[in-house]
Amino acid sequence: MDVSFILIILLFGAVATYFVGDKWASKAALIFSTCAFAATLYVIYRYNMGEKVSYLQTWMSRPRIVIGLQADGMSLLMLLLTTALTPIIVLTSFGNLFPKSRSFYALILFMAFAMAGTFLAVDGLLYYIFWELSLIPIYFIALIWGSGEAERRKKDVVKFFIYTFAGSLFMLVAFIYLYTKTGSFLNLHLYNAKLTDTEQLWIFLGFFLAYAIKIPIIPFHTWQANVYQKAPAAGTMLLSGIMLKMALYSIIRWQLPIAPKAAHDYKYIFIALCVAGVIYGSILALKQTNLKKLLAYSSLAHVGLIAAGAYTLTIDGLRGAFVQMIAHGFVVVGLFYAAEIISRRYKTEEIAEMGGIRIQSAKFASMFMILVMASVALPGTFNFIGEFELLYSLAQANIWLAVLGGTTIILGAFYMLRMFQQVMLGDKGTKVFKDVTFGEGFTFVLIIAVLLFFGLYPRPITDFVTPSLQKVLVYINQIN
Amino acid sequence: MENILEQIGIDNYIYLSTLLFCVGAFGVLYRRNAIVMFMSIEIMLNAVNLLLVAFSTYHQDAAGQVFVFFSMAVAAAEVAVGLAILVAVYRNIKNIDIDNLKKLKG
Amino acid sequence: MDTNLALLLLLAPLAGFLLNIFIGKKLSGNVSGILGSVAVAVSFAVTLKFFLQVNGGGEPINVNLFKWMTLANFDVNFAFQLDQLSLLWLMFVTGIGTLIHIYSISYMHGDENIHKYFGYLNLFVFFMITLVMGSNLLIMFIGWEGVGLCSYLLIGFWYKNHDFNDAAKKAFIMNRIGDLGFLIGIFIIGYLFHSVDYIDIKNAITSGNLDIDMTWLGIATLCLFIGACGKSAQIPLYTWLPDAMAGPTPVSALIHAATMVTAGIFMITRLNFLFDLTPDVQNIIAIVGAFTSLIAASIGLAQNDIKKVLAYSTVSQLGLMFLALGLGAYHVAVFHVITHAFFKACLFLGSGSVIHAMHGEQDMRYMGGLRKVMGVTFITFLISTLAISGLPPFSGFFSKDEILMTAFHHNKVLWVVGSIASIMTAFYMFRLLYLTFYKDFRGTEEQKKHLHESPSLITFPLIVLAILALVGGAISLPGHSWLNEYLSPILTNHIEHHELGTTAYMLMGIAIIGALIGIGIAYFKYIKQGFVPGKDEEITGFSKVLYNKFYVDEIYTAIIVKPIYALGAFFKNVTEVAFSGFIFGLGRLANALSTQGKVIQNGSIGFYLLVFVLGICSIIAYIFLK
Repeated sequence: MDVSFILIILLFGAVATYFVGDKWASKAALIFSTCAFAATLYVIYRYNMGEKVSYLQTWMSRPRIVIGLQADGMSLLMLLLTTALTPIIVLTSFGNLFPKSRSFYALILFMAFAMAGTFLAVDGLLYYIFWELSLIPIYFIALIWGSGEAERRKKDVVKFFIYTFAGSLFMLVAFIYLYTKTGSFLNLHLYNAKLTDTEQLWIFLGFFLAYAIKIPIIPFHTWQANVYQKAPAAGTMLLSGIMLKMALYSIIRWQLPIAPKAAHDYKYIFIALCVAGVIYGSILALKQTNLKKLLAYSSLAHVGLIAAGAYTLTIDGLRGAFVQMIAHGFVVVGLFYAAEIISRRYKTEEIAEMGGIRIQSAKFASMFMILVMASVALPGTFNFIGEFELLYSLAQANIWLAVLGGTTIILGAFYMLRMFQQVMLGDKGTKVFKDVTFGEGFTFVLIIAVLLFFGLYPRPITDFVTPSLQKVLVYINQIN
Repeated sequence: MENILEQIGIDNYIYLSTLLFCVGAFGVLYRRNAIVMFMSIEIMLNAVNLLLVAFSTYHQDAAGQVFVFFSMAVAAAEVAVGLAILVAVYRNIKNIDIDNLKKLKG
Repeated sequence: MDTNLALLLLLAPLAGFLLNIFIGKKLSGNVSGILGSVAVAVSFAVTLKFFLQVNGGGEPINVNLFKWMTLANFDVNFAFQLDQLSLLWLMFVTGIGTLIHIYSISYMHGDENIHKYFGYLNLFVFFMITLVMGSNLLIMFIGWEGVGLCSYLLIGFWYKNHDFNDAAKKAFIMNRIGDLGFLIGIFIIGYLFHSVDYIDIKNAITSGNLDIDMTWLGIATLCLFIGACGKSAQIPLYTWLPDAMAGPTPVSALIHAATMVTAGIFMITRLNFLFDLTPDVQNIIAIVGAFTSLIAASIGLAQNDIKKVLAYSTVSQLGLMFLALGLGAYHVAVFHVITHAFFKACLFLGSGSVIHAMHGEQDMRYMGGLRKVMGVTFITFLISTLAISGLPPFSGFFSKDEILMTAFHHNKVLWVVGSIASIMTAFYMFRLLYLTFYKDFRGTEEQKKHLHESPSLITFPLIVLAILALVGGAISLPGHSWLNEYLSPILTNHIEHHELGTTAYMLMGIAIIGALIGIGIAYFKYIKQGFVPGKDEEITGFSKVLYNKFYVDEIYTAIIVKPIYALGAFFKNVTEVAFSGFIFGLGRLANALSTQGKVIQNGSIGFYLLVFVLGICSIIAYIFLK
């Protein structure tokens, strides 16, 4: 069994979910995504045993495209993130009675398929195909099942689609140029392409535009808050939990090793841009009155720090980026789920109209509190490991960058606690808040368990990813 | 086979197919009746086919003739689809003058 | 065996927390209180065993659990150590912790969330033990932030009141400013020493061939000091501590007086070998400490809320400890930490007893005459007040005197500042005592009817702490100091011994006279004249400035919080709109271009074909004519 099997499960699951009909779609999606998760664990087990789990098959000879699904520490970790979060995301949608739910769940699985493919693809063109493929399901999910006025939503979602799509085209151009140079799309060949400094800069920028829009890094982030707010919760979770990690992963997998000289020459510009995004996102989060938008801007701040860490080109930065990608993936799914639960019961997303939840549901308040604390990287949670490594890598680049990036732990506490106070505390129990159901509580407990366990014992993840990172780092540091 | 080319030189084939192609091209440009345009396109296609066959013999390479078979099969399919479209058009606007088919514009 | 016991010491409060949180709701309030107290008492018992073991010459205990993090320059182990310093700290953390848990059983009786209260309190003790026991900076940081979290949870324990929630939030955020400093300090130390283990760093320094950049080390210690400022409420990060009084009073006693706020002193003492290398930073610490002490004491002069007075006195006393740290007299600072823990915990618990009797009233203007009804509370309070004022033979006298003596030998200005702060302390503490316990009762008739001495669960801890406040000075008497002996393996620098000569006696005399002057003024004003502070709006002049705490909170709001919000508004209304507008502008541009371009697409098939043929012709022509 190799990694292609997981893709097949997800794709087959998407089709099957569509055909089992509206009534059973959610259960089918849960079963298939859990199967994919189990298969991922098995594949990782086999990988750890030293067995071959990659899949390579020539697709076309001219242009030379290979269906190459390579499994190493990095890609398997992201695959695990995808397949672990997908069942959780499916679970979070259980409480919703969507129209056309079979299409909804089929699209979620299809999206998971595309994203898993993106993480695994070793051939540039295949990678690009998966990359763009993942945009299609999220477009429909946000457009059809989103909230708010249909016209406004359409405008925001189409903007998102065109924006990210246009950005990706620059990446395609970069790939095609690289093909003319090397005659291959395979990443190892691309790493070894002999490029001049100018070529490297342009290719670096081409990749950067695609990734900066997807992550997003300021000033390319304007699609984010609106889409996060308007997409259904599952869509937002897919976007923020997994999809933007595609771009962060791609920085490390593609951009840095292909254009290492440019990465070294201009690293401070890009780190500074990302760190500016950290502060910018945090301060904007303070001003938000809409719960989901606040979380969107906080996400902007957190991923800015991840990208900054990746651009430091140190092992700590890269490892921190991976750790934080996983941690942020879980915590952001948890937070958006909490936001969804509140807005489902209170029928509003405005923070000012909430309050007094803790009186009515202490259980929910406690779980939300733990998520808030994970989000502000309290030691003992997985997020702390990530932020610690990221900030340490920034400190190695320049101590002031670490100080500026570190303001996230202050400002993060500021806006998150402020939000927590307004949403949960007080005695304004005017609206009835039904206590969390077993299913909801179970989902939270899963997420919290992951965050706390790896917060205390992160080595299964860090040790797993480090060897592959060191391999990539060799390419990143080979400057002529 | 070689005697055919010895009797009639390769250049004659080229002239003929060029002539046929030009006839076809002008037909397409000049005539307004869609059926006639179709016929003109067929002439152009066959001009190319002729040239392919001639060169195939000239180069002693059967690939050209195989290609012609392909092209003929595709042409047949194309005609079938095209004529079906024309029938549909005719049912709607009761003629097949291309000047009346201007709805598809930006 | 030792490993398991050490883990028991660490995990017993955590178990208490988990039990209280998960099944506490089903238990009655008393049961969950007893559960919490027992959890901490177990830790205390284990601590006591180790303490006696180490004090009797035993080796420090090290527990290495597993490797936690790997970084390029250093590894971080999940490891704990029980040496002289950590055991000393654990003694009073768990000891006073147990007393305060017992006290809380009665104090919090009947609260709907009492099981959570004990859960959080146990969690706090757990994190405090982590902080103290950790064998490297990162484990300390877990505890460091963990106690901050518990402080947040407990200050905002009565979450229905948004003022309390604001206070909790403020405490957490201001602590985080310090925490960032701490974190940066850890980064630099890890980078310089390739380790964050205390032992490794100490060995690197004492080995003699230290090859590191002293400027960076200075920055590192300064950053660590910023962290200490946040946790131990020093200028400029002290304003959260008075607000933190919003929490239940036992919490104030445990967290905001006796244990958590001394974490900064613990950290600096723990890393004394680092701070000794950076004398400039030590000077900064001494100056900050001295001025914090003075400013907090002066604010304390004019406060009317009984807990606020105690809070400012805590800030002031912590300032004195930092003064000692800055002068390199770590053992003196530790000494004061311990005596302060005794008498300040006693004072807070005593004020809690008063508040309990007054049904929540905290304003001293409405108290008075309580000594007649609350005998035990009064006597214990009196002992602790005498101790904090620095009168012999109470414990505070010895520790404070040592600080001032050290200051005198290093820098006369700091000595003067510290002495003035001490005189002020004596004044405002007796002001508090007189306003609360003497003269006639000034509250409502209703309150008067219900005045009562607190139950024995409350008075028992008071008595124990008062005894400790009375005799606690014995651990480090001038001339014969058990504490200095005990701490000597921890401190790298030689401990200065001040001869018990004329200077020493003169300084003691000055200190005693100063304290008596402060007490005398208080006696004259509040007993002889019977003065009672007026209503808020009647306060004028300099007292008003003091009453309003030098307007520091307002200044912080104006120069930090408001600008951040303004920046947020600017980002939201200007830059966001601009970025978004630019992208939409690109879209409109494409739209405009295509409006022009669509003319070519006119729908005439004949035209398309013509263009098509012409195009091919031109390509052919280009190929042939090239």
